[in-house]
Amino acid sequence: MSMVAQTRTYRGMTATTREKVDGYLFILPWILGFLIFTIGPMIASLYFSFTDYSLLEASKWVGLDNYTKLFTNDPKFGISLSVTFRYALVSVPLGLVLALLVAMLLNQKVPGIRFYRTAFYLPSLLGGVALTLIWMWIFSPAYGLLNSFLRLFGVEGPLWFQSQVWALPGLIIMSLWGVGARMIIFLAGLQNIPDHLYEAAEMDGAGTTRRFWHVTIPMLTPTIFFNLIMGVIGSLQTFAQAFIATSGGPNNATLFYALYLYQNAFQYFEMGYASALAWILFAVILVLTLVVIRSSPMWVFYEGTLRK
Amino acid sequence: MSARAAARRPGLNRYRFLRIFWRVVLLLVVAIGSVIFILPFVWMVSTSFKATDEVLRFPPIWIPASLRFENYIEPWARLPFSTYYKNTITVVALNLVGTLLSSSLVAFGFARLRFRGRNILFLILLSTMMLPSQVTLVPTYYLFAKLGWVNSLRPLIIPVFFGSAFNIFLLRQFAMTVPLELDDAAKIDGCGYLATYWRIVMPLMRPALGVIAIFQFTNDWNDFFSALIYLNSPKNFTIALGLRTLQSTILYVPMQQVMAMTLITMIPVLAVFLIAQRKFIQGIVITGVKG
Repeated sequence: MSMVAQTRTYRGMTATTREKVDGYLFILPWILGFLIFTIGPMIASLYFSFTDYSLLEASKWVGLDNYTKLFTNDPKFGISLSVTFRYALVSVPLGLVLALLVAMLLNQKVPGIRFYRTAFYLPSLLGGVALTLIWMWIFSPAYGLLNSFLRLFGVEGPLWFQSQVWALPGLIIMSLWGVGARMIIFLAGLQNIPDHLYEAAEMDGAGTTRRFWHVTIPMLTPTIFFNLIMGVIGSLQTFAQAFIATSGGPNNATLFYALYLYQNAFQYFEMGYASALAWILFAVILVLTLVVIRSSPMWVFYEGTLRK
Repeated sequence: MSARAAARRPGLNRYRFLRIFWRVVLLLVVAIGSVIFILPFVWMVSTSFKATDEVLRFPPIWIPASLRFENYIEPWARLPFSTYYKNTITVVALNLVGTLLSSSLVAFGFARLRFRGRNILFLILLSTMMLPSQVTLVPTYYLFAKLGWVNSLRPLIIPVFFGSAFNIFLLRQFAMTVPLELDDAAKIDGCGYLATYWRIVMPLMRPALGVIAIFQFTNDWNDFFSALIYLNSPKNFTIALGLRTLQSTILYVPMQQVMAMTLITMIPVLAVFLIAQRKFIQGIVITGVKG
């Protein structure tokens, strides 16, 4: 066979050269896409972030002005950062716990389990627009489902999306309805835990609680790790819900970072400023992801490795 | 633990009672939880058939006196929803072809061929998944504006033909599990790499291709942001964008019609999921386990 490989040529190329050339040809679509839609725009956007640029006129170099303005002369930047962080800080952990809880319930042998799994998963298939429209109606102060329900107990519910205090909690509750996506990943993780670990723990006299903390959770840490990173990255880019339900209001109470960035780019046409905002977002995501990744040896347990 | 106890003391004892008790509690929690998760859907369907006075009523009613199909017909006639549907289907269909072809080609290259820089390039590909799309937003918009593609469906379609990192990653992981001996056998039979890709590896990757097809379908169907920035005139709107115009105050669309249209726009996604449920779950097992 090696004889064949050496003598067979293709347009004068040997087999190894041909493998190399064909390799590059196969990945060519991605290389082109990477140059045109990733690295090229990244360089351009970094450049724009140092300019005053409105798309209609040529960009004007302003040095660090955009970044200085962000940190010293733009209260909305701080507000949008704080809104986004508060949302992420509550919705990500809450979503993880709820997803794990539901996954554990659905991992039991219960009659009709397929129906229940579908029920919990379906909402996460909806897009931001449909999801938000449904919840705007549920949260409708006078005739919405939620406040009508609360009224049965004599409680007059808040104005939700029209309330400066309750708009953000409303969006968090809404996000919990889409917990099914993470739930199903946990379910897959749970089903990959071998039974013999539970049996061994039982032999050693571990009760349900101890089995949970000493078998389930350690074996599930890679899945928690994955869900945590995806959750953080996703929540920091929340856009459609706020854009549709509140447009960032009332009084900037739901001015999410991605929304403020969009406003700068496509409503105020401050494209240079929007690019600076984007790079700050990238830096934040990078730092947070690195923190999670760096901390992972302390709490993520991969099968076949032992903690020192 | 309870099993051992039961063996020691046969008959209906405290442990068996507790066991049954907890199973009933579990069943109740699961049932109530799933009802809570289904309730918004039921509320939407119920609202979509109501008359205005039934919508504005306390305590709310669940079953309207008569099913008002007008709620579906009126907004459909008033707004070009069939155009929105047509545009969305165009985007979704072309993107399916685009992503299946390009992502599988690239994945095959990364998984089966040896060339210099392969590992570094693959690492770069993985790291692009962490890049927030906002970073490339302005220059990408500028590019499409210069090409004269703004207010057309092209910005929503063309980029997909260059493969997406997530899909490439998924397919590459799957292609790695196809035995290399098959490639050698194909080579002896005189197949080039392209023929090996198309005739040997592609058919074997069908489960993974199904999975990314479903993911791509749901993402494109629901995509709001690109539609929002690139499409200006209603004749080019996709469903997500058309749906959003329902809450514009100038138009004033009553709630029962908003709910009716919301329901209509999500039916294809729900249908695809219910039909392909097993593949869907399988795909999550492939993607979710990587950690």
